[in-house]
Amino acid sequence: MRRLVSEETRRRFKRNLGLQIGLLMLFAIVVVSLAGTSIIPFDPVEIDFGNILQPPGLPHLFGTDDLGRDVLARVVAASWVDLQVVSICVVLPFLIGSTIGLISGYFGGWIDTLIMRLVDILWAFPFYVLVISIVGALGPSTTNIYIAFSLVVWISFARIVRGEVLLARRLEYTQAVSVLGYSHLRIMLRHVLPNVITPAIVFMMADVVLTILGVTSLGFLGFGIQPPTPEWGSMIADGRNFIQDGWWISFFPGLAIVFVGIAFTLIGDGLDDLLRPKA
Amino acid sequence: MSSLPPEPILAARNLSKSFAVARSGRDVLALAPKRRLQALRDVSFTLAGGEILGVVGESGCGKSTLGRCLAGLEAPDRGELLWRGQSLAAGHDRGNRARRIQMVFQDPYASLNPRMSLGQMLEEALYVHGLCNGAAERRDRVDELLLMVGLPPRLKDRLPHAISGGQRQRISIARALAVEPEVLIADEPVSALDASVQAQIINLLEDLRTKLGIAIIFIAHDLSVVRHISDRIAVMYLGEIVESGRTEYLFSRPMHPYTRGLLAAIPIPDPTRRTHAPGIEGEAPDPLNPPLGCGFSTRCPYVVEACRAGRPALASTADGRAVRCAIPAASTAFEFDPC
Amino acid sequence: MTAPGEAVLQVEDLRVTFGKSPDSVTVVNGVSFEIRQGETLGLVGESGCGKSMTCRSLIRLFGGASPSSIEGSILFGGRNLAHVAPKDIVNIRGRDIAMIFQDPMTSLNPTMTIGRQIVEGLRRHEKLNHQQARRQAIDLLKSVGVTAPERRMDSYPHMFSGGMRQRVLIAIALACRPRLLIADEPTTALDVTVQDQILKLILKLQAETGMAVLFVTHDLGVVAQTCDRVAVMYAGNVVEMAETQQLFANPSHPYTRALLSALPAHGARLKRLQPIDGSPPNLADPPPGCRFEPRCRHAIPACARSLPTLRPVGGSHMSACIRLGEVE
Repeated sequence: MRRLVSEETRRRFKRNLGLQIGLLMLFAIVVVSLAGTSIIPFDPVEIDFGNILQPPGLPHLFGTDDLGRDVLARVVAASWVDLQVVSICVVLPFLIGSTIGLISGYFGGWIDTLIMRLVDILWAFPFYVLVISIVGALGPSTTNIYIAFSLVVWISFARIVRGEVLLARRLEYTQAVSVLGYSHLRIMLRHVLPNVITPAIVFMMADVVLTILGVTSLGFLGFGIQPPTPEWGSMIADGRNFIQDGWWISFFPGLAIVFVGIAFTLIGDGLDDLLRPKA
Repeated sequence: MSSLPPEPILAARNLSKSFAVARSGRDVLALAPKRRLQALRDVSFTLAGGEILGVVGESGCGKSTLGRCLAGLEAPDRGELLWRGQSLAAGHDRGNRARRIQMVFQDPYASLNPRMSLGQMLEEALYVHGLCNGAAERRDRVDELLLMVGLPPRLKDRLPHAISGGQRQRISIARALAVEPEVLIADEPVSALDASVQAQIINLLEDLRTKLGIAIIFIAHDLSVVRHISDRIAVMYLGEIVESGRTEYLFSRPMHPYTRGLLAAIPIPDPTRRTHAPGIEGEAPDPLNPPLGCGFSTRCPYVVEACRAGRPALASTADGRAVRCAIPAASTAFEFDPC
Repeated sequence: MTAPGEAVLQVEDLRVTFGKSPDSVTVVNGVSFEIRQGETLGLVGESGCGKSMTCRSLIRLFGGASPSSIEGSILFGGRNLAHVAPKDIVNIRGRDIAMIFQDPMTSLNPTMTIGRQIVEGLRRHEKLNHQQARRQAIDLLKSVGVTAPERRMDSYPHMFSGGMRQRVLIAIALACRPRLLIADEPTTALDVTVQDQILKLILKLQAETGMAVLFVTHDLGVVAQTCDRVAVMYAGNVVEMAETQQLFANPSHPYTRALLSALPAHGARLKRLQPIDGSPPNLADPPPGCRFEPRCRHAIPACARSLPTLRPVGGSHMSACIRLGEVE
């Protein structure tokens, strides 16, 4: 009878305060984004010229923006949007990159050389330049954002996984199963993958932070998710002109980004410790 | 007892293997020619069913590369491998080859997938090769295999990190035996274990040979261990077999000067017999720059001009021995008797 | 300075502990021995028995974690090294007591020429200018059998083979003419023909300089060929100590006997090797009495009650077994 989670993993989790806090924060974010809009009595897109630029207080806890919209409602509404987009923009490259890295590292030879040259070429471009160019070329829309990130971010995951695969290939257990005559597919999926995927998973957490910055930067520049859908980046951009009179318009979305960033950083560090192979 | 040697199940003929060596930037700019490291040159031998062949040599002699070529992990550049007379090409039909030749490695810690339980490892081998009818039969067979290598079946849910080095080596052996091979290549299987545990594993391998009749190619650098377990021994130096023959003869009347030097260098656990004569001088030549002629000519105490002129061939003698030397010292008395 | 036959090093009840209680682990559990001028004492045992830790504790050279406590007395040159301040130990290391390690590949700094590494040691401990140090270094290399020493002084470690590197390390160790050389498995990572050369070199240098050698190894063959006296360690204790000839001719402690029976060469006449069942104890939770008791075929209930001390078998031969003389 094998438990799903081993004794050692449980022990490590209990010791890791950072991981627990991070998960708690993430839980709070998810709950807020799912349930928030129904709890908050204000509509995030409804314009109310009578109520513009109200500072934080009651009844608008985060104040209102230049069009009278409740900032708190907008921040909460944007969280759902941003989390969704960010998740897909992280998971897709993770899947694509890990698969390519696995194949490249396992088979080596010309496949590996070809893929690595491609990675080197893409790596030479600054990340934001590439993403913005692709979105700019395809036109700003949520789908195109997914495409842009997938086309660019996979290389990070591919490099990480390939590196781990090269190490794993030298260990005797992969050679032993090769001598046992197992198919390449079986060896890759059953023996190599579980032992190489951990650093990629940990990197996913760090990537979330980078992706939030990326998506919100796109929003800030006007390439991202289009209005009237609220999005933290575009909210910060809109608030630029009102720093003097309405600092809260940019501040609270920025705070939200920081909060999510801290949560995922803590989770990432925690996972690194949790998933370390047992000695 | 017949006087003819039994039909070999595995035969190697003129196996050669070289590896490309990475060049430094300076080499590339100087347009220096690509260098190759000749790990094996013209290695030939036979292995009979149920026989234990020991392969010894120091670092760089090519014994590990030989093991890997036999197991199919490397493809030789030249030469062939014959299984009961039929050619065994590397890469083709890995499944079939797996049922014939299996391998156990040196490092008990790296030989096992850290995320699979012992039972899972054995079951997978049985499953992939379709050796049992159904899951229940597989489970029973897993228990059988564990008992065969001296492990209690209750360990089957353990992960590798929770068992000792000796136990891990046993599992590696069990995994190899699961597919019912006829030849087991053991590449330094006890070098990473303590002396007391080494003895356990050596006894286990001997028992398995007796019970299952599998042949074993025992690759090691520790001559005492090899002497104990092997029926025949092949001594390797710089990628070639320099001497081979039955264990008793090789140890009591070694013919090749390197074999003699190797035997004389073993520290005997008997303080009343201390040798003060100098042993083999110098070190093995750089395999990237092997000497012309006999590989051992740079260190041989009996070297003559003929040795440097050309590589001696492996010559067989009447009593089933083979030596690669221009002037094998069969006639000069050399007594080696460790105990 | 020490008269021949006099003790150069006297270790009394050395105890080395890591970690804090209740999770502390005592890896050296009351070890006592002495080494005399010009003699080679072998410290033999399997992995985890504490032999390496004992050596490192003498000069407090720990790579990673340091022990939480070192108790006992380590008498050397009239001082108790256990009480010497860390900043003063460095004056003894390399000069009066030198150490060579197992892996020659990682023991040399890859970014410095070997000449520089020898000269550095020389100038640290002796008042020499660069010229003098260099000349001495060349002589040292010659004495350890490095060919063309003038040229090789300016080579980097990666250009040397394992055996050559170990010779260089011996040269560095012997540069300041130490009174004691600690050799921690110096030939384990070398080929057997090279091992033979290095062992003979160490013995030759010892004969020339008169230094004492503490030789740590797991290989009983090496012990038989190089050591005058032997101390056998198991799970942090010395279980038997004797002159080498005595130990092999008349092993007393059950562990020593089992170890000898497990060797292929020694038991070549026997059809089967005699392994020792089980494995060494977990030092975090050792057995209450004799630590070998769980695996000993001669164990009686009294063995598990208290840790046996070394008792004389005859002459200088000692064994830590309460059933001394009773077992065959």
